[in-house]
Amino acid sequence: MNALEIAGVWKYYGDFPALREVGLNITPGSTMALLGRNGAGKTTLLRIIAGLSRPSRGSIKIQGSIGILGHGIGVYDELSAIENLTLFGRLHDLPEPRKRAEEMLERVGLGRVRDGLAREFSRGMRQRLAVGRAFLHDPEVLLLDEPFTALDDRAIAVLQSMIQQMRDRGRTIIMSTHQLREALELASHVALLQRGQIVHTGERTQQMLDDTGWLYRTYGDN
Amino acid sequence: MFLRQVWTITTKDLHSELRTKEAWNASIAFSVVILLLFSFAFDPSSEQIREFSGGLLWMTYAFAGALVLNRSFAREVQNDCLDALIASPVSSAALFVGKALANFSMLFAVELVSLPVFVLFYNVPWGAAQFLPMLLVLVLGTWALTVIGTLFSALTVNLRLRELMLPTLVYPMMIPALIAAMTITTNLLAGSPVGFGIRFLVAFDIIFTLLAVVFVDTVLVG
Amino acid sequence: MREKIIIGLAAFSGALLAWNMNTIFTALPDELNQGAIYRIIYFHVPANILGMVGFGLGMLFSIGYLVTKNLRYDALAASVTEVSLVFASIGLATGSIWARIIWGVWWAWDYRLTSWLVCWLIFGGYLMLRRAVDEPNQRARFAAVVSILGSVNAYISYKSIEWWNTQHPQPVLSIRNGGGMAQGMEAPIWWNLLALACFSAILVMVRMRQESFANEIDTLRRMAHAQ
Repeated sequence: MNALEIAGVWKYYGDFPALREVGLNITPGSTMALLGRNGAGKTTLLRIIAGLSRPSRGSIKIQGSIGILGHGIGVYDELSAIENLTLFGRLHDLPEPRKRAEEMLERVGLGRVRDGLAREFSRGMRQRLAVGRAFLHDPEVLLLDEPFTALDDRAIAVLQSMIQQMRDRGRTIIMSTHQLREALELASHVALLQRGQIVHTGERTQQMLDDTGWLYRTYGDN
Repeated sequence: MFLRQVWTITTKDLHSELRTKEAWNASIAFSVVILLLFSFAFDPSSEQIREFSGGLLWMTYAFAGALVLNRSFAREVQNDCLDALIASPVSSAALFVGKALANFSMLFAVELVSLPVFVLFYNVPWGAAQFLPMLLVLVLGTWALTVIGTLFSALTVNLRLRELMLPTLVYPMMIPALIAAMTITTNLLAGSPVGFGIRFLVAFDIIFTLLAVVFVDTVLVG
Repeated sequence: MREKIIIGLAAFSGALLAWNMNTIFTALPDELNQGAIYRIIYFHVPANILGMVGFGLGMLFSIGYLVTKNLRYDALAASVTEVSLVFASIGLATGSIWARIIWGVWWAWDYRLTSWLVCWLIFGGYLMLRRAVDEPNQRARFAAVVSILGSVNAYISYKSIEWWNTQHPQPVLSIRNGGGMAQGMEAPIWWNLLALACFSAILVMVRMRQESFANEIDTLRRMAHAQ
């Protein structure tokens, strides 16, 4: 049983195919790094998996719930940290959403400022709140779009430890990123997108870590 | 489940609005100013005023309502909150109904505050007999404004020229309901029979609510 | 093939229009109460019928797009709506000229006139909205929703002369419980409707071709940007 099955997915913008015949099977517990240049279709694919956009053709099957961490932090400026997380806990129909929110705030290091408004938080605190929001309902599949860009050191540390905990519990993670090294270190599998097509998918090998350009040279067309 | 999600969204919107009171303050101030300005355009003490009192009132509500409705989905795009909501198990329909109810409550509150101002400024004959029917017209008319306004708030939120497109689309769409509400209000205040207007308004509300609930997913996700 | 159809339709509608003009302006007598100005009905009624039917067709094509996600339906909906808006404008203008002579005013705020003007504004907004959205599928989706909601107002306008007391005349055509026109006076309305319908079909076809070019350009632009 796969955590995620993507079969024959096409996405057109007008007559332009942004995704072409994308197929991916991701086994539970794997961490997939979705690689590719700007405009290769990484964000489009992640948005389709997250249900934010519909594929023009093809199907997507997801086992269990998803969590997303995208470019925006996805929390409300006018609400306090605890209110934000409680809100998303309710929307995910968690039992005792308030308690879950409190626990999560402790984990991301915002326990002391839980009643502060998100608007008044520093950039790094807002990012940690966003991480808390994405992990709150303990999703089976976690989608991360460029997670390490624009995060400060502490937020990156929090995110990395949360990802590690997720992996230990057999959760599935898909992340798109430019930061090849960080992504490859975390990943168990890689998929390379080029002009909307998947040109390579498979396990992450030691060779990729030793020489980060190898993947593009071998499977990319330039 | 659906109703619980609707309630969560509604309280979330009301909660964050009450915290800043941005739309609320603007809307109240605006409606009072409009009522004041209209009094210069027409002689408020003349007998004629009764003939277009309904029109004045609903024009005020339509303009003041735009301020509330404009904010409705703008609040969601600020930090990409809309993505987080759509990726959660909340259906587009529940999201729409929840936001519409929040907008309705806000608009209705603005109306209840500016109604006495209107009665006072324009020396409107006001008795207990008018109260209940007037409340009914307020509810029906305001719901029509809310449903159309909320749907188009979602539709225009990511457009360039949003400030231009929203009124261009919303006001013509509202006109049939506005005319009906104006006519009924004028008739009520003059003590004449209400007639066909109420039935028209009810039908308008039902049709547009159904259309909005059906098509909001098309607007938000595609 | 498309060229031949367009030329054929143009020849047919041109000839029919010429023959209609002859009937309307030389063969038919003046109307008893209104005099010469009544002849405007031969353009006013067909133009408004085409406008209203066109908005309805636009709605059907919009539903077609939402069901199939085929952009050709969207192009059809856009073309038909745009052409219909032109005919609705002609309908409003001819009505206004007639009103100036018969009622003594250019415009009266009764339900028929107002609701039809509202439709004109809504579908004008539809065209403006299309210009404000860049991504073709998103544009098609948003436009379809506006078209479907707008059609409710078109229906309200259609029914307005039954639902309210309007200053606007009651239906004159025999198919709509009218039949108030004298012998021989109704037929030219239908002939003119046919001629103008052919003409609008030409406009839609030309407009469709423009849409497909625009789509092609958009696709090429996206390909260029995607390296």
